[in-house]
Amino acid sequence: MSKTTAASRKRDIAPPTTAGPVDGAPAVSPQAEPSVSVRELDIAFGAHRVITGLDLDIAPGEFLVLLGPSGCGKSTLLNAIAGLLDIADGEIWIDGRNVTWAEPKDRGIGMVFQSYALYPRMSVEKNLSFGLRIAGLPRAEIDARVKRVADLLQLDGLLKRRPAELSGGQRQRVAIGRALVRNVDVFLFDEPLSNLDAKLRNELRVEIKKLHQRLGNTMIYVTHDQIEAMTLADRIAVMRGGVIQQLGPPKEIYRRPVNRFVAGFIGSPSMNFFAGRLEKTGTGLCVKLGDVDVPLDRYGFLAQPEAGREVTFGIRPEHVGLGEAPAGHFAIKGKVELVEAMGADTIVWTSLAGHPLTIRTDGETEIRPGQTIEFGFDPANACLFDAETDLRL
Amino acid sequence: MSVGTASPRGPHRESAALAFRGTAGSNDSVPARQRGKSAERGRRPRQLTAGRIGLYCFVAVAAVFFLLPAVVMVLTSLKTMPEIRSGSIFALPASLDLAAWAKAWSSACTGLDCEGIRVGFWNSVIITAPSTVFSIAAGALLGYALSFWRVKGADILFAVLLLGAFLPYQIFLYPMVRAFSMVGLYNTLLCIIIVHVVFGLPIMTLIFRNFYAGLPVELFNAARVDGGGFFRIFWNVMLPMSTPILIVAAILQITNIWNDFILGLVFAGRENLPMTVQLNNVVNSTYGEREYNLNMAATILTAAVPLLVYFVSGRWFVRGIAAGAVKG
Amino acid sequence: MAAAHRRTFNTATLVLVPFWLVVLAAYVGTMLWTVQISFTASKLLPVNTYVGFYQYERLFSSTRWIVTMQNAVIFGVLFIGGALVLGFLLAVVLDQRVRFENTLRTIFLYPYAMSFIVTGLIWQWLMNPGLGIQKAVRGWGWTGFSFDWSVDRDMALYALVLAGLWQASGLVMALMLAGLRGVDDEIWKASRIDGIPPWRVYLFVIVPMLRPLIVTAVVLLAISVVKAYDLVVALTNGGPGIATELPAKFVMDNLFTRQNIGLATAAATVMLITVAAVLVPWIYAEYFRKARKGAAT
Repeated sequence: MSKTTAASRKRDIAPPTTAGPVDGAPAVSPQAEPSVSVRELDIAFGAHRVITGLDLDIAPGEFLVLLGPSGCGKSTLLNAIAGLLDIADGEIWIDGRNVTWAEPKDRGIGMVFQSYALYPRMSVEKNLSFGLRIAGLPRAEIDARVKRVADLLQLDGLLKRRPAELSGGQRQRVAIGRALVRNVDVFLFDEPLSNLDAKLRNELRVEIKKLHQRLGNTMIYVTHDQIEAMTLADRIAVMRGGVIQQLGPPKEIYRRPVNRFVAGFIGSPSMNFFAGRLEKTGTGLCVKLGDVDVPLDRYGFLAQPEAGREVTFGIRPEHVGLGEAPAGHFAIKGKVELVEAMGADTIVWTSLAGHPLTIRTDGETEIRPGQTIEFGFDPANACLFDAETDLRL
Repeated sequence: MSVGTASPRGPHRESAALAFRGTAGSNDSVPARQRGKSAERGRRPRQLTAGRIGLYCFVAVAAVFFLLPAVVMVLTSLKTMPEIRSGSIFALPASLDLAAWAKAWSSACTGLDCEGIRVGFWNSVIITAPSTVFSIAAGALLGYALSFWRVKGADILFAVLLLGAFLPYQIFLYPMVRAFSMVGLYNTLLCIIIVHVVFGLPIMTLIFRNFYAGLPVELFNAARVDGGGFFRIFWNVMLPMSTPILIVAAILQITNIWNDFILGLVFAGRENLPMTVQLNNVVNSTYGEREYNLNMAATILTAAVPLLVYFVSGRWFVRGIAAGAVKG
Repeated sequence: MAAAHRRTFNTATLVLVPFWLVVLAAYVGTMLWTVQISFTASKLLPVNTYVGFYQYERLFSSTRWIVTMQNAVIFGVLFIGGALVLGFLLAVVLDQRVRFENTLRTIFLYPYAMSFIVTGLIWQWLMNPGLGIQKAVRGWGWTGFSFDWSVDRDMALYALVLAGLWQASGLVMALMLAGLRGVDDEIWKASRIDGIPPWRVYLFVIVPMLRPLIVTAVVLLAISVVKAYDLVVALTNGGPGIATELPAKFVMDNLFTRQNIGLATAAATVMLITVAAVLVPWIYAEYFRKARKGAAT
């Protein structure tokens, strides 16, 4: 099933992913009307174009993560969906309504901000109910909704407190609660966890995931943290320079990055890259990296390329194995230059064809710098990109 | 700027930094290694170096320079005229004589009126209170609008206001006088209040704009998602957070308006002359013998309100200076 | 939908309308009106008989105005320079872990809280030739001592400077102290490791770091030079003779007592041009160039 209903207009850079079934895809029928739909969006700050011709459809109940480095336009896109900034051109539809010119409050969205953005002089209860009071809801209705959200997020004991009297985690729960009381179908999260320390971040990440499973709302979540993206998302949109580079389920993004940028951005430590050239062998093609030939018989090309092409060869550190390689794998020897013990894992630095290569191995390894080791990988796990266009081959 | 940067650091950090520097100046004479081993143990003894003595001498001279005029002023106000004529300006009064104060307050003369400086005092109160309130309200509203709402031409409005803050009053005064005369407001209480609000607008707008620019824009965005409109967000979200800057603004405006001379002189009219104008009239245009003790008492009384604000507000006053000064 | 969107944005626009009106009328309008009058033959009341640059010719051929301008330059340089040096020294001293720091700061700054009228009257009394400090010091034996500056033709301008310094140095001190307290401790640690004497650090490291604050202080002080009217009125009233006339007072006198409106508005226009020539580039640099830079990121 092809669940990719959206793609950037710049199809030459980010073609719609056509890869086969990948587990973890949302159980959404492609016919369903999108919950949020962004069509040919242009955003400009003064003369500076930030986003040009961006298209994006998000299915009902989907958890979509906008991932990218700072300045890639992900927060700008989210703010545009929320109606917090003026767009230059295009349309935004939410739940079948064209909301391009609607006020934020009329869009049927709730939003959670990075800095929590709680009203400092109001109690938690007042924070939660502010929007409802503005909307003129009856008192009983407001109380009921606040109570339901407080139960859901375990905020019962905190309702009378001011934001300053809460911990960071509690504040962010209140901020999430403020989005929940609005009873809307779409939640927008703008880097909600990046102000928290590592431990709290993990806890809240799990809470957000559970919340999504329980409520089944559409969620659009902006982050620069790939772990958040991988763990939370049904689909990830990797952005750079205002353009969606790749849109797909986390595993697909990880396994089959469409270009070198996505390949390098996802994964830690990041993928090893080597410049090389495709050459003919007896059985097919190999990539020549300096004086090393890596056979590509097991590699799944999108389309069979011709020999002589300049390419970038990439292999993830976790896909490189130590010791004797199984048949069909590529194997070579190298000298260990550096060993970084990280607890559960160890990163071994060696070199391949004169360029540094990192290998992720288990934390128990006894490898020492200076040692010569044997290592190898399955070329099926590698990634090949055109050296000029950076697109996957 | 944010007003936060304007206030000095917290006391603990401050003292730690200073402690470190204080020792830096005093240890450059003897290399530590040449001293006996036992001398190097434990706490470094505090030395009184030449530099330190010079420092305190400078501080003392400066303190005298700044304090002396006030001391002389108080001493003079407590003396009788014969005492002033015969003795030194620094001499202590023979007895605590508050007669000059009483006379300055209730029967000092400007020309033929001998109602005392209290007339000016109450005029100043009546001018300062509404002027302060309205100029703060206007500045807060405009500062909020300029910080959070994208309105065409807002930059130009702000630039013109800034220019207005720095230009000499002389360029505006005469046409204003004519304009107020035309509508029949010239030389009224309302006139001087309007003038104070107009001329207070640039600085008030500036400090509120700077303050609101320092608040996270996400807060404003959150309120917009919650459905707040222009006034709702101002009243329910921004104003409750503005207490610090409201205090700063109040201090600035109370002292500015109370201390104003030129605007009161030109616009207030004979009936509403503020205290500064009346004081100058009492001291500089009395006929016959000058009563220096009375003059000094009247001067102290005029300075009393802003000084009270200064001493009570403490660091807030400094924040006011910095808030008005530091760029946005 | 479109209507709703536009309406909220209109609230803000609508709110700005009265402010625009006030600013256009009270600042721009009056300024243009002043300039207009300066090209007429107005004396007691404004008239519409245009005389070209006649008032400006009169202005610049009047000794009184020339002296006034000279006074403004001398007063301005000494007052701004003096307040900067004195204020900076006071700030540095207070930054040295002196005892009673809070008390001292209060003492250095309190004159700034008072009206220029009060300052002028205090110093007028201190410089009273018959009864002031001069008499007291002569009474101690220094019979040659003189401190009657406010009535001495040669010294009266310095009397203004002295009173101005007394009032405004505290302002510079407060600004600079805030700046010094904002200096990163690690600068001091690094300089100590490098063995640089503190005075050199202050002069060559700290002063450049405080440059924006110094510029701000200069602007604030310069404004008070241009606006200086009350201090002159209270301390010397322009005298003796015209020894302490300053531009602001020149304009005021010609406007309201000498009935020379054309000449006064010409002088005011000259003040305007002088100030604007300095101010416009500064405002642009301070408020708009930075704002642009910030918006781009």
